[in-house]
Amino acid sequence: MTGQTKTVAVLRYRPEQDEAPVWQEYQVPYGDDTSVLAALNYIKDELDGTLSFRWSCRQAICGSCGMMIGGKPQLACKAFLRDYPERVTVEALAHFPIERDLVVVMDGFIDKLQKVKPYLIPREMRALEDGEYLQTPEEMDLYAQFAGCINCGLCYAACPQVGLNPDFLGPGAIALLHRYNLDSRDGGQAERMEMINAELGVFNCTAVGYCSEVCPKMVDPANAVNVNKMNSARDYFFRFLRPAPKQGGCR
Amino acid sequence: MSKRRPYVRPMDGWFKRDPFFIEYMAHEGTAVFVWLFALEMLAGLFALAAGEAAWGGFTAFLASVPGLLLNGLILVMLLYHGVSWFLIMPRTLPPVRVGGRKVPGSTISAVGLAAMLVASFAVVGFFCLLANGGQG
Ligand code: FES
Repeated sequence: MTGQTKTVAVLRYRPEQDEAPVWQEYQVPYGDDTSVLAALNYIKDELDGTLSFRWSCRQAICGSCGMMIGGKPQLACKAFLRDYPERVTVEALAHFPIERDLVVVMDGFIDKLQKVKPYLIPREMRALEDGEYLQTPEEMDLYAQFAGCINCGLCYAACPQVGLNPDFLGPGAIALLHRYNLDSRDGGQAERMEMINAELGVFNCTAVGYCSEVCPKMVDPANAVNVNKMNSARDYFFRFLRPAPKQGGCR
Repeated sequence: MSKRRPYVRPMDGWFKRDPFFIEYMAHEGTAVFVWLFALEMLAGLFALAAGEAAWGGFTAFLASVPGLLLNGLILVMLLYHGVSWFLIMPRTLPPVRVGGRKVPGSTISAVGLAAMLVASFAVVGFFCLLANGGQG
């Protein structure tokens, strides 16, 4: 701590008393290593116990502290007061409804994650005694990047199409879908294609690309979305060439 | 009774909210000039089909100050559109692998931009050659 303080302006919303969100400023002592999350914890412990926000790991891995910091979607534990000259604004993640203060309603997002069938749908049935589904490092390398998602929601806050149409499947869920489609052990592509092709699927994306810019885990969801635009077009034009999917499998 | 009352923030003016969105709108907006240039080419084609007088009028417009200003503006806008298009290209391509290693996005953009430059010079050079009656 340097003994200096910095202004942290937080967008407050307490549904029982606020008609609409209001800004509230706090003076927070800081040092070189004071993260925005540490500042929020200081506010809650020392200045104002009514402030609500989510956090857990403090190390950019749990994905619960996503918020708009200085107007940009960021993890509060990975953003630092030192990077903001005099004042930093902190607001709940854009494009999500505000539940209270910095806490947003994640239900729609979680539903989308579930919808894309984010689990292996085995390509071929294997009995227990056949052993595990093996995969080479090269095969794993194909999807590893898309498996890095921590569900922080920053990409949804970066996507204007999600804001304009909250039902759009969105970058994170499509990246997760892509992760399973790319997995050599998975055979669920045809089932997931429906979601890609749907009205609320990839063609809602207008290639703004900000989702990949803000992703703290270098997942590059914009790439997953745009590659699937191509897959969807291919599926539309050439689906008659594909053999009918095998029925059954261990599901 | 629940006190829950989730607040949905309006999206009005979202494109002004972040410099990234402003850049995106600029990129998309310059596509209008691609359309304008296509119209101009089409007008030239119609003029060519309509006979010598019409074609003469078209080329005179191209050589006039307003014609030069318009095409200068179109060129700048198309360059901006082209450059920003190649900058987002890595986001839209399936991963490119060379020798088992993933090619970084910056390399893909650079190769795209270089290809654009080479193609532009080749086309301009070809027409210069045509204009000089193949005399180089
Ligand atoms: S607290 Fe876990 S990601 Fe920030």
